[in-house]
Amino acid sequence: MRKALAVGLKEFRQIARDTRTLLILLFVPAFFLLLYGYALNWDIRHVRLAVLDRDHSTDSRQLISAFVNSTFFDRVADVSSMADVESLMDRDRIRAALVIPENMSRDVRSGRQAAVQIILSGDNANTATAVFGYAQAIVRGVSAALQIEMASGRLAPPPLSADARIWFNPELKSTLFLVPGLIGFIVMISCVVSTSLSIVREKERGTWEQVRMAPINTVSYVVGKTIPYFVVSYASALFIIFAAMFLFGMPMRGSWSALLAALSLYVVGALGTGLLVSTLVDSQALAFLVSLLVSLLPTMILSGFVFPISSMPVPIQMISLIVPARYFLVVLRGIVLKGADAAMYVQQFGALALYAATVLGLASLRLARERG
Amino acid sequence: MRRLLFLIRKEIQELRRNPRMFPVLFIAPVIQLGILGYAATTDVRNVPVVVADGDRSPASRELVGRFEASRYFSVIDVVSTTSGVDQDLMRGRAWLVLAIPPGYGRMTEAGTPVGLQVLADGSDSNSTTVALAYASTLIAEKAAELAVARSPARIAPIGSIEARIRVWFNPELSSRHFMVPGVLALLLMVITTVLGAMAIVREKELGTLEQLNVTPLRRWELTVGKLLPFGIIGMIDVLLVVAVAALWFEIPLRGSLPLLLGLSMIYLVCTLSLGLFVSTVSQTQQQAMMTAVFFFMMPMLYLSGFIFPIENMPAVIQPFTYLIPLRYYLVIVRGIFLKGVGLEAFWKDALMMTACGVAVLSLATMRSRKTLR
Repeated sequence: MRKALAVGLKEFRQIARDTRTLLILLFVPAFFLLLYGYALNWDIRHVRLAVLDRDHSTDSRQLISAFVNSTFFDRVADVSSMADVESLMDRDRIRAALVIPENMSRDVRSGRQAAVQIILSGDNANTATAVFGYAQAIVRGVSAALQIEMASGRLAPPPLSADARIWFNPELKSTLFLVPGLIGFIVMISCVVSTSLSIVREKERGTWEQVRMAPINTVSYVVGKTIPYFVVSYASALFIIFAAMFLFGMPMRGSWSALLAALSLYVVGALGTGLLVSTLVDSQALAFLVSLLVSLLPTMILSGFVFPISSMPVPIQMISLIVPARYFLVVLRGIVLKGADAAMYVQQFGALALYAATVLGLASLRLARERG
Repeated sequence: MRRLLFLIRKEIQELRRNPRMFPVLFIAPVIQLGILGYAATTDVRNVPVVVADGDRSPASRELVGRFEASRYFSVIDVVSTTSGVDQDLMRGRAWLVLAIPPGYGRMTEAGTPVGLQVLADGSDSNSTTVALAYASTLIAEKAAELAVARSPARIAPIGSIEARIRVWFNPELSSRHFMVPGVLALLLMVITTVLGAMAIVREKELGTLEQLNVTPLRRWELTVGKLLPFGIIGMIDVLLVVAVAALWFEIPLRGSLPLLLGLSMIYLVCTLSLGLFVSTVSQTQQQAMMTAVFFFMMPMLYLSGFIFPIENMPAVIQPFTYLIPLRYYLVIVRGIFLKGVGLEAFWKDALMMTACGVAVLSLATMRSRKTLR
């Protein structure tokens, strides 16, 4: 243990000597959380909509108001021809248009099928797919309401209705969804970046021989290497979490101790990932490349940060099981947004612990073999 | 010119001495694109639903069957009471809970209005919005069927409204078609920026920069000599990932391949020189890595419009996104792949990207002069 501390102290001095690196590690993550938390908006609401109503009936007005009341669409223009729709769309003034044909109301009420046309700009498929589904749902909803009215009269209550309640984020603000994800992402990257060069650097600079000969067992060496980075990364992660709370109104509905415990496991796992990469490669350039490839895009895309895991194909869902951020984000969102306690996330805690133990274990094994 | 060739040969030799680098450079991007291309999708489907069926009648099972049959939902559990469902929502096991009250079958039979309850986990705001809309549509359609079936008049055919949705500019509207070219651009950015960032600082750290310093090598020769081998690697990667996108993901390459390759080359000049610039302002490879990751790669990732629409960003931030070459490259790749358009459609983006490349390249060359002295 004392030897581990000695290694830790040496490593800490080395970090402290490189002021730029230390400052970047401590403060830059929080700065970027601020920047991205402020800059990014994932809302698909307020889609600019033009309406071309050729029917002018009570029913067409009902359809239009269903669109407007959804808060998904902002009715920015009423036009009288398709040419107007085209020119507005080309100039990017509108992103969607609702075209109601003549006699829609008469057709429906005399038992025929009427078709309304909805035109979407597919320029940004991220949001367009959601708008597509939503528009379809609105039209089907209005159609069903009309059928009920025709079948049982205007005043009759519908035979079946649904009362929807949204928990945890009732205003459906995307910031509350994104900020925890950003925290997980930034913590992961800064941890991996801080350790992935640490061992291979000794090899490249030739100080590795001294380490090999040093009278210290491998585990103490790994622990000693990890401690200072753990201190720095943990401080920086806490800093980010506070910043998220004060500046983005991220709530804290659960227990601090559970959050701190999950954060520790996550930080150790992330630092371990960097260490493992560092033991596997023989140049800093390769360590840099490999560590980014395993952390940067997977943490962003496979963790449930922005893309829902349940929508992915099953084999990809399996692959996402080895991405630690996946578990951390569930716990983090659960604790801060839902007020859940640690007992609910036994699986996730277990997975984070297992991940940390595995990467550190593999790194030690690999080092032990190299030291002979 | 001969000096340049010598330097290039030295760089290639150095690369070859590090044989582990090659699989990473050429195989990893292919595998990553193969996995991430599937994962990056904003489609909402298979939303996990828990049903609290207080009725357990054929009628309620029929309603649950509608949710099961829909591709938007997957019913993961049917329980009898709502008492445990808040746990499911908290754990994130279910995103939606559908509560069917006792007596549902009897009441719908008798024509008494029934109120169902839908509870939703709002933490993923977008997916929840869409999932809720689907759920209420399913329920409204069931209600309409019930009303029509009970209608005293028994009006023979009943009318309906249908939505014909057309998507302009991206007729096949597939978020995979949209995301795969984006992931491709990001992978290229990561690999080439890393290569560039390690170029000079490595020599600095190992102390061999002094040796380069005393050779009669000119500044631009140093830059070109350092970047050219990486540029070749980058172009091989471009070919590989474009092949994966077109052959594996079957994303139609509607536009011109030579144009795509030419503009990709300019994009690589941007990312490699950004890396080289980082290399010249750093003293150690550790510093270079930090600087490249935090100040160049992350902004590119988030502010390029790859996932988060630029038009949604605050007006203060938007001007900064013009500094990001990835922003232009995304427009170009998506344009060539999906729309089949050429320079006439995105010449502005191509021009801006070229300007970026020239600016960064000169900046990096100028900086490397300073560090050499």
